Amino acid sequence: MTFTKFIEIGAVVYVNSGIYKGKLAAIVNIVDQTRLLVDGPCSSVPREVVSMKQVQLTKFKIPISVGARTVIVKKAWEKVGVTAQWTEGAWAKSLANKHRRANLSDFERFKLMKLKQKRRVIISREVKRLVKEQKSA
Amino acid sequence: MKCKGELREFRVVGRKLPSEAVPNPPLYRCRLFAPNHVAAKSRFWYFVSYYKKVKKNAGEILLCKQVPESTPGRVKNFGVWLRYDSRSGTHNMYREYRDTKVARAVTSCYRDMGARHRARPGSIQIMKVQEVAAKDCKRKHVQQLHDSKIKFPLPRKTMSKSRQNAPRFSTNKPRLFY
Repeated sequence: MTFTKFIEIGAVVYVNSGIYKGKLAAIVNIVDQTRLLVDGPCSSVPREVVSMKQVQLTKFKIPISVGARTVIVKKAWEKVGVTAQWTEGAWAKSLANKHRRANLSDFERFKLMKLKQKRRVIISREVKRLVKEQKSA
Repeated sequence: MKCKGELREFRVVGRKLPSEAVPNPPLYRCRLFAPNHVAAKSRFWYFVSYYKKVKKNAGEILLCKQVPESTPGRVKNFGVWLRYDSRSGTHNMYREYRDTKVARAVTSCYRDMGARHRARPGSIQIMKVQEVAAKDCKRKHVQQLHDSKIKFPLPRKTMSKSRQNAPRFSTNKPRLFY
């Protein structure tokens, strides 16, 4: 098992717990074995120390040097276009889907149920037909 | 003193009460780390009466101000010179911590001393705290992070207690690797 994502200066991380849950930030410096100084000027994450346990590595990286100021981080972030690349990626899409599913209205849930029923009927009809074909063959 | 929560840096200035003989007594300033201003004032008298002929009932505090961190957005190396009482004697120590705020570094120093030497906060005196340049750091655990091209993976993540129990029994192995 080789590692493809690393904690390094400029690595973009997804914060998955705490106040900034669900937001992206860039690693600006490493405090110690368990803490990072992150900054997300384009995603409303202030320059703060977070624990490595709260964080998940993404495949994105911005070219900044150690301890770069917020202004520099913002410039590098916008140049690489991290926010756009992230929203188009599969991870962000699956998060958006989860969010949508969790916030369906009652009517939308009813519609979903009906669509699922229809799909189930189509699939079961096709399965029955294939089973019957195999039996007769 | 109780090292409650995260300590704060205080600047306390006090003096002996002015008298006819000495209308302008000398001022004494202390840079303290305490949980609140009440503990800071108490600690001020502890130190001042230890080193000078002033007691709380014969003196006054002129200023007790919390000092906020001047550069909270920068990671710094802090050298802490301290003196503590162990079970069999009193010793000096120099310890290094890496943090963004002085107060947080001193808090972790107290916690560290409690963990490693069983020293209670009341028996620890922080003599000096200073930002140390990277090249002057002595401790390996701080020096290992002085690398502009530092890079390491996150090999394994542990599950939180709530996630371990939701569900408690499962047929799928947990995903601990990202």
